[in-house]
Amino acid sequence: MMTTEAGGDVRLSGISKTYGSFTAVHPLDLTVPQGSFFALLGASGCGKTTTLRMIAGLEEPSSGTVRLGEQDVTALPPYKRPVNTVFQSYALFPHLDIYENVAFGLRRRGIKSVKKQVGEMLELVQLGEQARKKPHQLSGGQQQRVAVARALINHPKVLLLDEPLGALDLKLRRQMQLELKRIQTEVGITFIHVTHDQEEAMTMADTVAVMNAGRVEQLGSPADLYENPRSTFVANFLGTSNLIEAEVDTRKGDDIVVKAGDCKLTLPESRCSAPTTTGGELLVGVRPEKISLAHADDAGGIPPGRNRITGKIADSSFIGVSTQYVIDSPVCPEFEVYVQNIDRDTRLVPGTEVVLHWNPAHSFGLDASQSPLAGTTGAADTQAVGEEAA
Amino acid sequence: MSTLTEAPPPLAPPAPEQKPPRGRGRLVPYWLLLPGILWLLVFFLMPMVYQASTSVQTGSLEEGYKVTWHFATYWDALAEYWPQFLRSVLYAGTATVLCLLLGYPLAYLIAFRAGRWRNVVLILVIAPFFTSFLIRTLAWKTILSDGGPVVGALNTLHVLDVTNWLGITAGDRVLATPLAVVCGLTYNFLPFMILPLYTSLERIDPRLHEAAGDLYARPSTTFRKVTFPLSMPGVVSGTLLTFIPASGDYVNAELLGSTDTRMVGNVIQTQFLRVLDYPTAAALSFILMAAILIMVTLYIRRSGTEDLV
Amino acid sequence: MTFVNWLRRHLVVIAGLLTLGYLLLPNVVVTVFSFNKPKGRFNYEWQRFSADAWKDPCGVSDLCGSLSVSLQIAFWATLGATVLGTMIAFALVRYRFRARGAVNSLIFLPMAMPEVVMAASLLTLFLNLGAQLGFWTVLIAHIMFCLSFVVVAVKARVMSMDPSLEQAAQDLYAGPAQTFLRVTLPLAAPGIAAGALLAFALSFDDFIITNFNAGSLVTFPMFVWGSAQRGTPVQINVIGTAMFVVAVLFVLAGMLIGNRRKRQKA
Repeated sequence: MMTTEAGGDVRLSGISKTYGSFTAVHPLDLTVPQGSFFALLGASGCGKTTTLRMIAGLEEPSSGTVRLGEQDVTALPPYKRPVNTVFQSYALFPHLDIYENVAFGLRRRGIKSVKKQVGEMLELVQLGEQARKKPHQLSGGQQQRVAVARALINHPKVLLLDEPLGALDLKLRRQMQLELKRIQTEVGITFIHVTHDQEEAMTMADTVAVMNAGRVEQLGSPADLYENPRSTFVANFLGTSNLIEAEVDTRKGDDIVVKAGDCKLTLPESRCSAPTTTGGELLVGVRPEKISLAHADDAGGIPPGRNRITGKIADSSFIGVSTQYVIDSPVCPEFEVYVQNIDRDTRLVPGTEVVLHWNPAHSFGLDASQSPLAGTTGAADTQAVGEEAA
Repeated sequence: MSTLTEAPPPLAPPAPEQKPPRGRGRLVPYWLLLPGILWLLVFFLMPMVYQASTSVQTGSLEEGYKVTWHFATYWDALAEYWPQFLRSVLYAGTATVLCLLLGYPLAYLIAFRAGRWRNVVLILVIAPFFTSFLIRTLAWKTILSDGGPVVGALNTLHVLDVTNWLGITAGDRVLATPLAVVCGLTYNFLPFMILPLYTSLERIDPRLHEAAGDLYARPSTTFRKVTFPLSMPGVVSGTLLTFIPASGDYVNAELLGSTDTRMVGNVIQTQFLRVLDYPTAAALSFILMAAILIMVTLYIRRSGTEDLV
Repeated sequence: MTFVNWLRRHLVVIAGLLTLGYLLLPNVVVTVFSFNKPKGRFNYEWQRFSADAWKDPCGVSDLCGSLSVSLQIAFWATLGATVLGTMIAFALVRYRFRARGAVNSLIFLPMAMPEVVMAASLLTLFLNLGAQLGFWTVLIAHIMFCLSFVVVAVKARVMSMDPSLEQAAQDLYAGPAQTFLRVTLPLAAPGIAAGALLAFALSFDDFIITNFNAGSLVTFPMFVWGSAQRGTPVQINVIGTAMFVVAVLFVLAGMLIGNRRKRQKA
């Protein structure tokens, strides 16, 4: 799947974690290439933090091995692994000042003259002035930068980030996302980043692994995951997808034609991750921003060869850059459409009959045996609650 | 000490996933526990066993004692000393109620009304501890002395007539009466009531008062429906910390009371240290222990705070 | 009308201050009577002002000796109870082990037991073992009843400590011993200090258990008890007042330093 032999790759093979009868992580193989920015993305309780902690050595795997380059570190305690962590709540030592927090790792490894390194590191994260303050005197964003500095100063082979931006407000989070990306490019260390925020994962990471219920659902670049989701969970968890239940009708060259209610829709066979035997069920997906919206009176002007669905506007909300419509359609009850606000059609108010149309190449096909709701907000919540109870 | 019946801390971080100890590490908790637990087993639990055995022995100091399963000692002790038992429960109970009534306003004052004086008042509550409680108890002898200003005032206000009628004072005296003993007990254990009350009151978010007011609760209703229920952990541990030591106390009864105010603690002390009737003393102390454990258990069950220690 | 309103609004404050007065009255009396020159052996009635006792606080035989005995016992009892109690607290919070419930009960019971019961049963044990009553039996007893209070104080602190701090230390190359010394212990220190202070106060002021198990040893509370029968020297009040003043000064100094530090930080 990815590069198999390289000096500093993180390689997990068959790694799993069980607590009593509860399996937090199912046996998992994963390779993170050296120097990459890798994100583990998933809802709370999906096993992503457990995976991270097994790499850090804070959690002992129930099976499998962790290798850093050529070295098998599975049996090593955390303080002997060339890996450092930025903790979720930062875990800055409250009894030590910023300087001593950053110097902690160096001192433990017996390095005597830390002054220069600590100074440089504090400059890198722009906290030179705050060296003698205690952690609680800093703002959330500053604390976060101290946590990064404290880990990076040790030049680890891998930096692990456990929801490092979770406690920050939205604006600061955006800023820190760019900041972290900049630092990663600058130091060239492998970053493994755990997050539940799909936007954060897509902004920062080269490669994203989407985790669900202790398994990696899909792994790839952000664009690949977004455009070609291979499960309903990924389709719904990364952005929004409209999923239409359909039946395979015929083939036309490289395309498949499916029937959904009275409509016939076309999609490329190469974008189907499910078997496509005639008469079989299929979920046809399309992203809301790929769809154009036309007033029913203008239906004649739609170019031929596009997938078409009729419906009635149930709701519309003005977002600024776009307007989001919810369409009540016979084939899909809550069809979402995002229309850029270039020329707004003032007739498109709730209750209006409309025609939705899109390029067939933008459709993708998924296995219909999955729940079309997997990975949506409501489904994720019930899942998290269930796991907490367990 | 205020943590006797403290509720679990709110929003505690989820229990850290315990690392399965490897090899030798499995024994670490036992090594940590060993010395302290051994100490308690040998010097707390074993004495109880010895005492249980002593309580069913017969014999004399000269000839030595032998275990004869002489349970009659218990009946004899109860038959002879039931007034002292009753008095202990009565005095300690009254002192506990008084502590709650006196301590609650002060704890409330420190928690919500003291502002920047909070720490000063808190220190003033704790500070008396640093003077030996025996010295302070002796000071009550001066305060309540016959013909002193307190007794004089009570006399003028005809309070003594009421208390005489109630049978808790005698004539013109307060000293050497039940009133003096209860007054001393209340005084001695008041901080043990105030501190847990304060701890649980201090945890209450003052915005809850505003929210209650916003939802049409008068101040008195706010207190009954919000503040008091939320301070229940403090009330429970405060009453326990007051009642338990007060019921076994013999210092106040000895210093401020008379032979008519002797409590069960006095009897145990006399039997053990003066009369040297060990079986009776052991039986009495066992009855006291059992009575308190039963009462405490029932009380904790009823008040719904089972999370001890 | 306005007065009634004022009264209603400040009822809690007035009641609270009255209670505070009740709490402090004996200390006032102790202080005032440390300047008394009593007629007889007992210092219960005011005669006339005199600072004699303050000039010669050890002027009564055995008084300062008993004070020194009490301080020694309190010191060693605090040390013993703090070490043992801290170990138990860490075991309870940080580890899973069998018999947890039994251990919890064993810690709780001494706090739920009237002192006289513990005192009497401990004496039974010592008599049965033929132990010589004195310094060591008192020390053993004090460590026993202070232990639970230390456990409770330390446990509360350790429970509120963020476990990720120690994980962070391990992640930053601190081995188990280093983690304990550099992170765990400094973080638990306030709880341990609180437990130790409590143990010291409990031990220093204990009378009932000491009275049963001291034999011929005389601690300060026992000296006061004895003097209540034989005659109370004014020096007792001097010592009591001095302890009160010293303690309050200590606490105030601590508060001032704490405040200044807080202001510097802000």
